[in-house]
Amino acid sequence: METLTNNSTLRKTDLIFGREHDTLSLLKEALQREKDEIINELIESGLRGRGGAGFPTGLKWKFAKSAPGNEKYIVCNADEGEPGTFKDRIILEKAADKVFAGMALGGYVTGARHGIIYLRGEYSWMRNSLLLKIDDMNTAFKQLGLDFILEIRMGSGAYVCGEETALIESMEGKRGEPRNKPPFPVAKGFNNKPTIVNNVETLVYALLISHLGAAAFAAFGTEQSAGTKLFSVSGDTPQAGVYELELGMKLSDFVAEFGDGDTKAVQVGGASGFCVPRRKFDQTIIGFEGIPTGGSMMLFNSHRSMYHVLHNYLEFFVEESCGQCSPCRVGCQQLLLGIEAIKARKKPASYLKELIRIADTMRLASKCGLGQSVGNAFDSIVEEFKEEIIY
Amino acid sequence: MEEFALTKIVNHHGTEREKLMPILQEIVDKQSYLSDDDMVKVANALQLSAAEVYGTASFYSFLPTQKRGIYVIRVCKSIIARMKGSQEVLQAISDQLNLKPGETTADGLFSLEEVNDIGWSDHEPAMLINDKVYTDLTPEKATRIISKYLEQASQSKLSFNPTQN
Ligand SMILES: Cc1cc2nc3c(=O)[nH]c(=O)nc-3n(C[C@H](O)[C@H](O)[C@H](O)COP(=O)(O)O)c2cc1C
Ligand code: SF4
Repeated sequence: METLTNNSTLRKTDLIFGREHDTLSLLKEALQREKDEIINELIESGLRGRGGAGFPTGLKWKFAKSAPGNEKYIVCNADEGEPGTFKDRIILEKAADKVFAGMALGGYVTGARHGIIYLRGEYSWMRNSLLLKIDDMNTAFKQLGLDFILEIRMGSGAYVCGEETALIESMEGKRGEPRNKPPFPVAKGFNNKPTIVNNVETLVYALLISHLGAAAFAAFGTEQSAGTKLFSVSGDTPQAGVYELELGMKLSDFVAEFGDGDTKAVQVGGASGFCVPRRKFDQTIIGFEGIPTGGSMMLFNSHRSMYHVLHNYLEFFVEESCGQCSPCRVGCQQLLLGIEAIKARKKPASYLKELIRIADTMRLASKCGLGQSVGNAFDSIVEEFKEEIIY
Repeated sequence: MEEFALTKIVNHHGTEREKLMPILQEIVDKQSYLSDDDMVKVANALQLSAAEVYGTASFYSFLPTQKRGIYVIRVCKSIIARMKGSQEVLQAISDQLNLKPGETTADGLFSLEEVNDIGWSDHEPAMLINDKVYTDLTPEKATRIISKYLEQASQSKLSFNPTQN
């Protein structure tokens, strides 16, 4: 893990990559505890999903535990497709054992006996080394007397399959088209059985919290954004990499550490996140009370054209929209064509207002988080960098 | 793909619907794309309609239903990749192989594609060649990598017709 400069105001931690604990003994220790005790520990810790949506992990596990039936699944969402995110890659390279033990813990607590890692096709280069580790883990589970088995399923190059119900459709051998919610996966997921879908990072923290205790975790962060989180830092920064930082930091402190001295904007949360201009760095909190992020932090300096940035994101959404619902399918295309037309002077600058209305409609009318969040980047970039978009 | 090879793949995974993706993925691993004939055979084995199999395959960019090269080069085109020079890298590869993005070389050896974020924003420009990853690319470095593939192919006298795999 990368280190910070000496004078940084940020609080950097090393929970996930710390090597002071033996993973299997952490799991063994947790398996001695009551299931409800672990769930309560997670609820008290304030851990919220690290995949972006931020659902409280303890509650998710509680719902899954109380879901009827003895066939349940726990899925590790390793689809990591959000532009600018790569922290799950580093976790799977350096601490896969903790991810697998976190899944086993979730299995123990909720009654799921089957764990599935949904790994994006773009990461197939790490598949074989993960399979070896999984073999070892499955053997270790047996030795611990735990009825739990892990396997890997591969994605095939579709960003939307990171959305939990699209991921489930994909695992069922179908097109990765998101389902209506409810029912949520904890009630009806893979093969219509109760299914917990958790991000890679969430699973590691769940394991660590069972050992460290809720208070030790909640000692970091803020009330709404407890604990620490991995950040994928990229763009115009001399220190691209993955950093574990306390939630609730001010964006200005972040930029002071990671910027190149000329940062004009930070895109927080990837293409589906928000763009924050320099003048707002000071008033922006990174966390659920401010701007949440799955970890993607892309820095842009004053040499960058925000038109290019927005254009790139919109092309991404046009390609990755599953096309199932028209607000998103048509909306993404119209936004892209719209900013091109304004740039080419085929449409007046006032047309931007109409485009913002389209983005707002998409937020309300789209079926899943993909279409609903296109307006985040669109509105924030257009509003803050209007001149760059028009001229 | 030969009947025998395909049957082996299906038998290995099983015939439940949930095995469809792993089966299609393995066929693509072995012969780089899904032919109409393969999809019909898989549909029969899994008792699905051919349209269902095609419908699934056509959704995924890594499950091509048109012929592709033995080596599929995927250059990342995320905003970070662009900022770090991915277009120059793409141009260099394109010049070297005389190949535009979206095309396959006449000998069936290489396909070139631009793809969305592949998870290496800390080391862009980056590309995948089948399931190998190459990072921190420059045009020179990319050209050297492609040359190695060309050498390898000419040494092993690879049959450049992927359907004969
Ligand atoms: C378009 C889209 C893509 C997503 N991609 C991912 C992803 O790659 N990884 C992930 O963990 N969650 C992703 N999510 C969020 C998941 O739907 C889900 O909320 C998450 O996996 C739950 O795990 P968590 O509670 O541990 O965060 C995505 C959501 C949407 C709408
Ligand atoms: S919002 Fe977009 S990605 Fe989501 S279901 Fe609708 S078309 Fe598909």
